[in-house]
Amino acid sequence: MGKVAKITRRTFLVGSVAIAGGAAFGFWKYKQPYKNPLLADLQDNEMALTPYVIISKHGIKVIAARAEMGQGTYTTLAAMVAEELMVDLADVEVIHGPASKAYYNAAVMEEAVPFAQVNTSALARNVREFTKVPAKFLGMQITGGSSSTADGFDKMRIAGATARDTLIEAAAIKWGVPNNQLRAQDGHIVAVNSSERESQGLSISYTDLSDFLADVELKHEPKLTPQSQWRILGKSQFRVDMLGKVTGTAEFGVDVELPNMLHATVRMNPSLGGSIRSFDAAQAEQERGVKSIFQLDNGIAVVATNTWYAFNAIKKVKVDWSDNQIPKTNQKLVELVQASFSDEHQDSRFRDEGDCEGVCNDSSETVSAEYQVPYLAHAAMEPLNATALLKEGQLTIWAGNQWPTLARSKAAEISGLDEKNIQIHTLMMGGGFGRRLEPVYIEQAIKIAQRFEGQPVKLTWTREEDTMHDHYRPMAIARFQAVMGEKSPIAIDLKTASPSVSASQMGERAGIPAMGPDLAIAQSAWDQPYAVPNYRVTGYRTPASVPVSSWRSVGASQNGFFHESMLDELAVSRNVDPLQMRLDMISHMPSRKVLEAVGELSNWGSQLPEGHGRGIAYCLSFGVPVAEVIEVANTNNGIKILNAYAAVDVGTAMDPRNIEAQVFGGLNFGLAAAMMGEITFERGIAQQSNFHNYNSIRMNQSPDFKIRILENGDKVKGIGEPATPPAAPALANAIFNATGKRIRELPMNKHVNFV
Amino acid sequence: MKLVINNNEHEVDVAPDMPLLWVLRDELNIKGPKFGCGIAMCGACTVHLNGHPIRSCSFPVSAVNGNITTIEGLGSESSLHAVQKAWLEHQVAQCGYCQSGQIMSAAALLEKNPSPSDQDIDTAMSGNLCRCGTYPRIKAAIKSAATSIHESELEITQHDSVEEV
Repeated sequence: MGKVAKITRRTFLVGSVAIAGGAAFGFWKYKQPYKNPLLADLQDNEMALTPYVIISKHGIKVIAARAEMGQGTYTTLAAMVAEELMVDLADVEVIHGPASKAYYNAAVMEEAVPFAQVNTSALARNVREFTKVPAKFLGMQITGGSSSTADGFDKMRIAGATARDTLIEAAAIKWGVPNNQLRAQDGHIVAVNSSERESQGLSISYTDLSDFLADVELKHEPKLTPQSQWRILGKSQFRVDMLGKVTGTAEFGVDVELPNMLHATVRMNPSLGGSIRSFDAAQAEQERGVKSIFQLDNGIAVVATNTWYAFNAIKKVKVDWSDNQIPKTNQKLVELVQASFSDEHQDSRFRDEGDCEGVCNDSSETVSAEYQVPYLAHAAMEPLNATALLKEGQLTIWAGNQWPTLARSKAAEISGLDEKNIQIHTLMMGGGFGRRLEPVYIEQAIKIAQRFEGQPVKLTWTREEDTMHDHYRPMAIARFQAVMGEKSPIAIDLKTASPSVSASQMGERAGIPAMGPDLAIAQSAWDQPYAVPNYRVTGYRTPASVPVSSWRSVGASQNGFFHESMLDELAVSRNVDPLQMRLDMISHMPSRKVLEAVGELSNWGSQLPEGHGRGIAYCLSFGVPVAEVIEVANTNNGIKILNAYAAVDVGTAMDPRNIEAQVFGGLNFGLAAAMMGEITFERGIAQQSNFHNYNSIRMNQSPDFKIRILENGDKVKGIGEPATPPAAPALANAIFNATGKRIRELPMNKHVNFV
Repeated sequence: MKLVINNNEHEVDVAPDMPLLWVLRDELNIKGPKFGCGIAMCGACTVHLNGHPIRSCSFPVSAVNGNITTIEGLGSESSLHAVQKAWLEHQVAQCGYCQSGQIMSAAALLEKNPSPSDQDIDTAMSGNLCRCGTYPRIKAAIKSAATSIHESELEITQHDSVEEV
């Protein structure tokens, strides 16, 4: 008992230190740390130093409380701890840890404030800081918004440094020497003076100290290692998950194997939101391996002894579906967005400088156009799946997911169990891109498991279910009128309309009321650091219909295309160089540098072969300025994308090789959508269902890449999303440059062929 | 039904039209091959049948007429295949879900064509989808693996010739 009390007291102290990393915000209540969630699960020989590090006789564990879905967060978060703890990355074991509000993500809401990302005024800073308070109270353990690196940068380093100094303190007590005579080195505490160390043999491994840690109180705030002395951060690391991923042994959600497990699949009303009148499973029940067929929410579930038996049987169930409220044709959905350009639907106007209307109305050379992008599916490679076991009042869930605390509260609601009786194991994800923020598949798995109490059931969606029951990137339309000057635009009046992601995702499904405007609607349209004397950006909220959600880069995914295509139209209208024009409009230094860098990388301005073209685009999203150039060739068979160049500024680069991977990956993701991504609906039913009609970029279409990482920004920033938005406009601008054809509607394969 | 997988014999009792993928995954707990689409459009399920790449999600188990190799049989942590080593060297994987299939397709390509051109790589690999967009590193890793296989073969040849002398 004494031991537990001591841990709790010490954890509070250490927690206070860890919290000190964010203490600038200073509210009394805010300073109360969440209870350390690891205490509940600790083995006898383990001491919890902070919620991010466990040191035991068996080694060092780092808890990466953000979900690994390919972006490398396990490696980067662990590297931050290892840096301060003075161990190699290879010497720590990285685990995801339990769902807990203690792992709230403070950075994810930072961009959700109505200040441009380059606005560092005191007011903007204060409001940004203030968002961390609701983020903490809501306990949002979210992986999203390219925020894990930014959020972890202080927390994880402080956790590592706290652990390190506590170990030093423990050794000091054990040996009866002053702590300033000791230091941490390669997983050992050693005497500073090497001769003393050798003569007295003063060296002890962290693991050997684990027994003494409980008796140690850290009385000072640990110092963080200055950047100039970093051994690990800033250098490319071997990813901690790589070996498992090249040997097929990495465990994804879909790979969970439990004794006596059953396999399930579901088939929901293909017409989104429609319900079920009746079903006839007589034939399907005769199929081999079938255990049970029943209604589940607005569809049916089949439980079988093998996933394929479930897939096979569910096709044979005859179902009478009822209709939904979604407009009957895709054209009606387009009209719904078109009709939202009105005062009634105005959602935000965060930028309103000068007199756009006056200048545009008075000019005889006003340029105007309408742009449109479709609904998009996330199409992560691993179809949605979750495994649930309800046994003796305990609910255990195994699933890849980006928001375990939301999943847990939904689980509590469905099962009626207290959250303390619900355990969520977050597994590796075969891609997320925002899709796994939405736990509907976990809810279904729980409901199925309730019928098989005592027996684990794994629910696997078919690819068809995954594509046709996504929560989609919204369809969006933009209209602009603008007047071009000698070198840069004089007036820009940009209007962008789409259904609200926040209202659909946070409001309708996560139960977090969305207040005020939805910043995603005009994200990366209004807050770009361009100087235009008359500049207005208005967001319009289209009434809800198809469920929509966060899709890699969210609102920037459409607004980057709108804004940067528009600038290209304006530049070419006066034969102005589009790169120079942007430089003439931007004073924000990190943004200028990425533009200059991409110009250098792409040899911008040099002569291209006949039929080739290049296009440039810039976008500031999630605090990261990115400039990209795409080079294409107009061949007899269509457009061939040859080269892609990108320059990004992440403030401080944690792991260059991983950042590079996120840049070309994010760029390819944007190109895929721009070239061929489209979900259309008829009677509320997605008309695309699998990779044959919702295809993606493949090896033969992926360009060659040249990437440069810059570090002029003042803060550490994440790079999972920012490379995606400029891809589509850079491609559209390149195609215009090569062919004279301006593409204002995505996907582009409606207008050109790609080879 | 008898199956030889990674040089081990297995006896399974399943519906003959069950795709091989689901025999591997749900009956035999061989989880390296992944389910991605179920219609042979993404390649995540790629395994070798007598050395040739097949999409196991669409290949009925009753049609299997030879030895199956999965990623688990290609190499292990302690003895990696040249392609796996190259994947490590180039840090190819992001989410990693498609990579078992990518590696199996690449290994089959190099078995048949030890010095593939860019065009050969595109042709052999375009059936394998990667939503993380890791293609540039896949291509670089295949070229590295080709070089390393070539070099190790040279060493063997030289070694042989020394012995002959």
